Amino acid sequence: MNISNLLKVAWDAILRNKTRTLLTILGVVIGIASVIAMVSIGQSSSQSITEQVSSMGTNMIMVMRANQRRGGVSMGSDNSQSLTISDAERIKNEAKFISYVSPSVSASGQIVNGNNNALGSLQGGSVDLLKIRKFELAAGTNFTDDDVNKYSKVCVIGQTVVKNIFPEDSANVINVVGKDIKFKGIPLKIIGVLESKGSNSMGQDQDDIMIAPYTTVQKRFLGNDYLQMIYCSASSEEVADQAVAEVALLLRENHKLLDYQDDDFEVRTQAEMLSMMNSMTGTLTTLLAAIASISLIVGGIGIMNIMYVTVTERTKEIGLRMAIGARGKDILMQFLIESAILSLIGGIIGIILGLILSYVGTSLMNMPFVVSYTAIAVSFVVCAATGVFFGWYPAKKAANMDPITALRYE
Amino acid sequence: MNEKTTNDGSVVNNNEAIIRIEDLKRDFIVGSETVHALRGVTFDIKRGEFVAIMGTSGSGKSTMLNILGCLDKPTSGHYYIDGVDAAICSKDQLADIRNKKIGFVFQSYNLLPRTTSIEQVELPLLYNSSINAKERRERAEHALELVGMANRANHTPNQMSGGQQQRIAIARAIVNDPVILLADEATGNLDTRTSYEIMSLFQKLNEQGVTIGFVTHEPDIALFTKRQVMLRDGKIMKDNLVETQSAQAALDALPASSDY
Repeated sequence: MNISNLLKVAWDAILRNKTRTLLTILGVVIGIASVIAMVSIGQSSSQSITEQVSSMGTNMIMVMRANQRRGGVSMGSDNSQSLTISDAERIKNEAKFISYVSPSVSASGQIVNGNNNALGSLQGGSVDLLKIRKFELAAGTNFTDDDVNKYSKVCVIGQTVVKNIFPEDSANVINVVGKDIKFKGIPLKIIGVLESKGSNSMGQDQDDIMIAPYTTVQKRFLGNDYLQMIYCSASSEEVADQAVAEVALLLRENHKLLDYQDDDFEVRTQAEMLSMMNSMTGTLTTLLAAIASISLIVGGIGIMNIMYVTVTERTKEIGLRMAIGARGKDILMQFLIESAILSLIGGIIGIILGLILSYVGTSLMNMPFVVSYTAIAVSFVVCAATGVFFGWYPAKKAANMDPITALRYE
Repeated sequence: MNEKTTNDGSVVNNNEAIIRIEDLKRDFIVGSETVHALRGVTFDIKRGEFVAIMGTSGSGKSTMLNILGCLDKPTSGHYYIDGVDAAICSKDQLADIRNKKIGFVFQSYNLLPRTTSIEQVELPLLYNSSINAKERRERAEHALELVGMANRANHTPNQMSGGQQQRIAIARAIVNDPVILLADEATGNLDTRTSYEIMSLFQKLNEQGVTIGFVTHEPDIALFTKRQVMLRDGKIMKDNLVETQSAQAALDALPASSDY
């Protein structure tokens, strides 16, 4: 029997039992749809994380105070006083692969204007902080080096702060430029408003921000000379690793660390953050896909179940086919093709359903919709294999029937 | 010699035995006992014959039919069909013989459910790779015409009477132009009138040159054949030519009102 006749025979049999066909493919549809949806949503979330991290600047390098240990007891990183302004200046003056450097300090407290108030934090940085963290100005100007030197009482604020503290000006942010805002009771003059960046991958609102010269924050709010962090920007993404090594070397020198001593600081890049987050979402996606593939296996067993019943139910038909000249091989192929067609139809419907589900899911979660072609190709192959694998046993049973017994079967 | 020329111009011998059975034995092992279903049967069927194979239950006629139909193989002896010894053929070769040289008609019709008549008749040709879709359709239409069911080509079995279904089954059996048409109690499920109609169809096909082996236990149905082979206890008890009665005449003789 040639292949086109086989396909015709199998297809006719499928059409003869539409309800059974629908019920059989349902299991595969659900299995494939959930695999596709899980993988797509997983990839969407990892892409949205990537987009958000790169919106923070892919070249960004963060130098943080290390978690210090004394006699095995962690002292916490907040109490460490290892980063100073001289570290920042040394990086700025000597590092070849670093284009921008900004010290970073922050103070938290009440932000007040008239009757409006909110809890917030004031970030202190150099004039380069906006460039490193990829903030754009929507109105006004950034502060200057002069402001840094004079501890000027000026600040640049984000859109959320405008919304909370100056609700009447939120439609027209230019109006707040030049107004005063009180932070911890000390009035600061607003000289600029930042463009909105939305929330980051951790769900933090990146627009809920107030930036002032770091000297202002240190002298007027914190009363110390230490830095909490140093933000640097590698001159390009390619040299990020060299820049990290260079910064570490400079800091060890500056801190006069001996060879056996551990770093008293940590250097992190955005790329590291990114790969950390991606491995997190990757693990989650794998887990979800693994759960979904269990439903695919259940769907496959459903096919086997139905094919098994079908073979028994159609014993007389098998006997007749053998009597009119079907060889065991023809019967085997007929039932194998039937189950392969069933699972392929299920697979195609499942892929479409899975794409719809992931489209709805990602748009509900405000994530980009990513079509995973690999997942589609893999599910297609898997469901064809499922059909053949789970169809094999029932088909073999049919092929091995004795025509005389099958013909007399009631 | 009684010779005639066929359509393709070759000369065939009308007295040629297309089926030759020599000392055929078939044993079944049931538990520790051996059942001798056939105990050495020898006979020929010539081209154009209409043979009734008769016998009571347990006489071996079903075993005989299974072997004649290449569904089963003898324990010993030879079975030549169209010059091929089926007793030494493999399973796949037997399937090929069934497909090209044998047509089956069963008591319970054995039609596929929810399948149109034309597709039922096309079925044997699907298993023959040398026949394309167009030829398949043409031959199936021709076979339906021969059994007078051309107007039922698109009907499914549940839309037809038993007699009509059996006609479709006969069309399916002759579509591959078989060496022999084997009927297994083909009228067993039908009433008298319909039985006579089916027998009349068999006689008509036989007149057109189809060789028929007809298994039955009903002596009155066997009267419509040309030769009776009687089996008892696995042996041929009687093998004689009979005076053939016309099924059409029997049909005409039935009372017109016998529509119960």
